[in-house]
Amino acid sequence: MSEIKTMQIRDMHKVSATQKVMKVITQILLYTFLGLMALIVIFPFYWMIISSIKTMDEYRRAIPTLIPEYFDFRNYVEVFMSEDLLLGRLFANTVFVGVVSTVLSLIITVLSAFAFARLEFKGKNAMFAALLATMMIPGELFTITNYQTVNTFGWMKTFTVLIVPFLVSVFYIYLLRQNFLQIPNELYLAAKVDGTTDFKYLWKVMIPLALPTIISITILKMMGAWNSYMWPRLVANDDEHRLITNGLRTAFTNAEGVTDIPVQMAAVAVVSLPLFLVFIFLRKYIMKGVSRSGIKG
Amino acid sequence: MVDSKQQWKAWLYLSPAVVLLLIFTVWPIYNTIKMSLLEGFTTMGSVNGVQYQFGFGNFTRVLQYPGFITCLKNTVLLCVLTVPISTFLALLIAVCLNAIRPLQRLLQTIFFLPYVTNSIAIGMVFAAMFNMIMGGGARPDSVGIINNVLEALGLNYINWLNYGSSYWANIAVMVVYIVWNALPFKILILLGGLQSVNKQYYDAAKVDGTSKVRTFTRITVPLLSPMIAYVVITGFIGGFKEYSSIVGIFGESMGPVGNPYSLDTMVGFIYRAIGNQEGTASAAALILFAIIFVVTMINLAVSKKNTHY
Repeated sequence: MSEIKTMQIRDMHKVSATQKVMKVITQILLYTFLGLMALIVIFPFYWMIISSIKTMDEYRRAIPTLIPEYFDFRNYVEVFMSEDLLLGRLFANTVFVGVVSTVLSLIITVLSAFAFARLEFKGKNAMFAALLATMMIPGELFTITNYQTVNTFGWMKTFTVLIVPFLVSVFYIYLLRQNFLQIPNELYLAAKVDGTTDFKYLWKVMIPLALPTIISITILKMMGAWNSYMWPRLVANDDEHRLITNGLRTAFTNAEGVTDIPVQMAAVAVVSLPLFLVFIFLRKYIMKGVSRSGIKG
Repeated sequence: MVDSKQQWKAWLYLSPAVVLLLIFTVWPIYNTIKMSLLEGFTTMGSVNGVQYQFGFGNFTRVLQYPGFITCLKNTVLLCVLTVPISTFLALLIAVCLNAIRPLQRLLQTIFFLPYVTNSIAIGMVFAAMFNMIMGGGARPDSVGIINNVLEALGLNYINWLNYGSSYWANIAVMVVYIVWNALPFKILILLGGLQSVNKQYYDAAKVDGTSKVRTFTRITVPLLSPMIAYVVITGFIGGFKEYSSIVGIFGESMGPVGNPYSLDTMVGFIYRAIGNQEGTASAAALILFAIIFVVTMINLAVSKKNTHY
């Protein structure tokens, strides 16, 4: 009797031991797979950085070096001094367009979201539904006519053309309205009784409470300016107004189509750096904003 | 009762958005449809007083134009290849991430990294990784890091995107880059979904002695189906608008040296028609919209059937 019992206990231990081994093996497999995938994901960034500090001679070797023989930062000097890229100008243009369009866009978004969330007016729901419906239409459909429109307005090759057509984002209005709706209406009614104006209530109560969403919108909008390519190329691709991505794509390729890759990689690294800095410091807001949007920029 | 003062105030708050939307959203919808129905419409012509006939000529001409068919084929091909691959891979990574504790946040951050990049800039890095540098000899001086890896594995090097490269090699490069680019968003959404799944379902499965595979196919996937549907739909919508990733790798020529526009897409076609062939561009844009609309509806219908809330 007691023998059977000990055997049973031994069997139970055996089972838990195999389970433990299985668990360890699963964990090892999980970490191996994830580690491998993470390496693949990161590798292009690594390749960009090490290529940017190689000389062309080292770069074109048959057997590439995974760690440069010596760190040569002349490519970066060339990027900053280049007549081909005019990096300072591109940076200044992009930051200017990014900041102005973000500020104006936020004002418009906050005012519209407030009207849709708190004020009553005829046709509110119908109008909101119509707005959401426009989100399904691909942007290219608007671009064809907007190109004519800005031409008629005489806006070609100005900063206005890079800023104004994209100030209203239906998606951001939707996002902020949802956030505003979560703020209890009692707060608004109480403020009304106290004689607070709508504008003061918006500024003092709603904006602070919806700040995380507003920060998310700000970052995504700035990233949008930094990454925009097609529209700027169509309407303002002159030296005075060119934005950073447009400048980058064609730089450091000579007339025969031969590219100085290490210098090009240095330029790519310089352009990518601000995005990484923003990501490191504001990761939480970016990931939150993105998970609700699915829209890049 | 809505008092008139609040009416007036609401419209004041909305006025900047309404004015801009009328000019840059509502008017384009009307005008683009109109231009698409005026045969052979160009802005230049209309400024010079040319009268255009009403009809569906732009649509029929676009659909018969070989350049457009190439664009349509490339776009659909890239969509059909990249959406399933990236969704499957993202699901696999998300499930694995959800099963570990230490280093989870670090790995999650790493997997999100490609999202915060400029798709043109990093496209240039991918191009450099696949690029061969020719020398005097028969074998290129440098075959590129990807080919170095292939050769280390005992395979032959491939001309991925240089002069004389094959269409399928070009497509392979694009698939790799687009999948790499699409992973972060999908992982973020799917992992978020996994983390909100009620743990009790798994405990119940454990008590019943359900196998890991069965738990995955019978519990995880069904509970995650709304998120899977979401990433598939947004994936298709993004896929049909593919353009800048190709510019990143191949440049404005949308193809390898010696074979320009071989990888052109619908959006690329529309962009090149802007400013000279507005009737054609409008028709192409409406066709693109119709495709996106139909594919989204099909996706919604399929996911409604298979989605468990």
